[in-house]
Amino acid sequence: MTIKKFYNEMADAEGGIREQYREFAAWLSSMSDERLARKRAEADTLFHRFGITFAVYGEDAGVERLIPFDIIPRIITAKEWSTMSAGLSQRVQALNAFVHDVYHDQAILKAGRIPAEDVLNNAQFRPEMRGVAVAQNVYAHIAGVDVVRAGEGEFYVLEDNLRVPSGVSYMLEDRRMMMRLFPELFSSNRVAPVDHYPNLLLDTLRSVAPMSLDDPTVVVMTPGAYNSAYFEHAFLAQQMGVELVEGQDLFVKDEQVFMRTTRGPKRVDVIYRRIDDDFLDPLAFRKDSMLGVAGLLSAYRAGKVTLCNAIGSGVADDKSIYPHVPEMIRFYLGEEPILNNVPTYRCRDAGELSYVLANLAELVVKEVHGAGGYGMLVGPTSSKAEIEEFRKRLLASPERYIAQPTLALSACPTFVESGVAPRHIDLRPFVLSGKEVRMAPGGLTRVALREGSLVVNSSQGGGTKDTWVLEA
Amino acid sequence: MLSRTADHLFWMARYMERAENLARMLEVNYRMSLLPQTRAEATDNWVALLRIMSLDEQYKERHGAVTPDSVLRYMIFDDANPSSIRSCLRATRENAHAVRGTLTSELWETTNACWLKMRSFTPAAMEETGIDAFFEWVKYRSHLSRGVTIGTMLQDESLRFIRLGTFLERADNTARILDVKYQTLMSSEGEDDGGSADYYRWSALLHSVSAFEVYRKVYRDMITPVRVAELLILDANMPRSLARCLKEVATNIAAVGNGRSAETGRRAGQLEASLRFGRIEDVMSRGLHAFLDEFMESIYDLGGRIADDFLIPTNN
Repeated sequence: MTIKKFYNEMADAEGGIREQYREFAAWLSSMSDERLARKRAEADTLFHRFGITFAVYGEDAGVERLIPFDIIPRIITAKEWSTMSAGLSQRVQALNAFVHDVYHDQAILKAGRIPAEDVLNNAQFRPEMRGVAVAQNVYAHIAGVDVVRAGEGEFYVLEDNLRVPSGVSYMLEDRRMMMRLFPELFSSNRVAPVDHYPNLLLDTLRSVAPMSLDDPTVVVMTPGAYNSAYFEHAFLAQQMGVELVEGQDLFVKDEQVFMRTTRGPKRVDVIYRRIDDDFLDPLAFRKDSMLGVAGLLSAYRAGKVTLCNAIGSGVADDKSIYPHVPEMIRFYLGEEPILNNVPTYRCRDAGELSYVLANLAELVVKEVHGAGGYGMLVGPTSSKAEIEEFRKRLLASPERYIAQPTLALSACPTFVESGVAPRHIDLRPFVLSGKEVRMAPGGLTRVALREGSLVVNSSQGGGTKDTWVLEA
Repeated sequence: MLSRTADHLFWMARYMERAENLARMLEVNYRMSLLPQTRAEATDNWVALLRIMSLDEQYKERHGAVTPDSVLRYMIFDDANPSSIRSCLRATRENAHAVRGTLTSELWETTNACWLKMRSFTPAAMEETGIDAFFEWVKYRSHLSRGVTIGTMLQDESLRFIRLGTFLERADNTARILDVKYQTLMSSEGEDDGGSADYYRWSALLHSVSAFEVYRKVYRDMITPVRVAELLILDANMPRSLARCLKEVATNIAAVGNGRSAETGRRAGQLEASLRFGRIEDVMSRGLHAFLDEFMESIYDLGGRIADDFLIPTNN
């Protein structure tokens, strides 16, 4: 069984072309198949030559692959974006307020609006962060919020990625590629630019420097060249004009962080770290971490350095906390949520578990701490055997899973082997929070290239598309 | 700049230069092996080459008997040989990959493309196209990489460390190539009658460091061993000579100098001065081999000191 009824981004229910796609559709029909094929091949060659690749874990480890790039853009109207961006801004502000609250007064727990044990017993809750002051009270400086469309004007948030969300380099490279391949499209469509994202990011990072330094030193911290997202780490550091450091480049002295340079030690004020909490500091977290910096946590707690995102932000993007986000928005902002949450069943609740078990074929089941599309079940597109296999896992440790109804993700026309056909997509806008909340229009559109598939992750064979927000 | 970044840049340049010099060294050996000679003489050339790279033991363990084909494969393709051309080009690319944000996109793409191409070469395919063409290819990739470096990189510290790597490696390689060839050439001096075989051997050596035309231009005379040595050691106008390399090394160390690098700068300067004011008569009366041996020691010492002062500093 596959999802039958879904919203098509380009064509309306009567088969007509939606307003925002008219220019593009006319252009597409004027293009010969050979020219398109040539352009697609050109894009592949360029991506390879630039080394815009990602490393794959598991089988084929060590192999670098291209993320397939599709030349049909995903187009969002100005009106849709204005609603979506307001909703994203609202959501991320509430999430930041929540993280600050749980590490300080815990007002939302005291008020009984969210069960305390959901938060305090959460593996992502970091007791080390209790009472630690962070600059601007912001924790998730960079959030990658996954949004899907189920119908006209009907947007759902699937996940709030508040730890080390990746993908923004593809958003930028996809745009560059489109402009290089088809410059004519950008004179006939008023596409909002996204190139300034690295500037916004640098500005955001500088705005959260400790003690309001005038000229803070910002660095990007990577686990190293073998990390799957290394390309992005190097890309962002280069675009911002800051150093790309590894743990071994940094050291802590008198609670101050320094990097080793050819001219001696240089103080570091803001670290945009693309490395998980667990690996940051072998003295405080995992002892076997070769990636971190001894003493980093103590420097951080002393307010001598800012980590972006903050340690412990993960407590707010955990899938077991996700159902409470609408309540956070009401509690901290006194507003109604603009973006929808997907109804979520928590399998550690016996009643909800039995519902989930009875309806496995209709649901999507995810690991609470999972990411990257690993270890999930999409009921409607899975075989009986796969469902039964998953049932066993669920019964063995129900607390590790949540389930959601399978959304009819919208689909966008995409080049596949058989020609142009609709494929399901999502959207990851990148929301920056410092002194203020800002974002580049649009985000990264991911597309599930296999027919009927709802899993868009690049590690699961997903591709990307350029995302256009049309200016009014 | 980060010490680790400087380290990667330095080694990126060293490995590229090493690949080029290796191609040059193999090429001259290959050319010489085409000259009429006894089987023993031919083998001696390859054994000498392995020895100068300090690879004779490892080679013997893995491959046993020395034959031209087997040595060529070992020096070009063998992944287990850290000094093979393939290993050098991979190391070049890996060092570049680790600091790709510091490189211009042109330099990164050049380096990456070079490795992708190298990876696609096979011994069989090389027999098709001819081994000369392969050595040419390696040299041109190196020329290209150097040109892109100079033509696109900002003239800041990064460029200094790249240049430092290039010239330190080249100094070492020119000294090695001269040492090994000089020894084998002089040992066959017994039956030297100024004959044509000798001329070809010396000119092959000059070709291997792109110095044949230069020699003609500078001396306008017969090719003699002493002049070859003089050109490759003391002539600072000759881009691959020891004097030229040390001039570049000393200049670049001075440019990146920091609080603890004074002694390194002094040693580089001293070595450079000894070449600048040196006389070939003095070198020869001491013995060329002894001179080159000591020179290579000094280069090794400089490499270690550069690492300590700039690339892998101990804490704070």
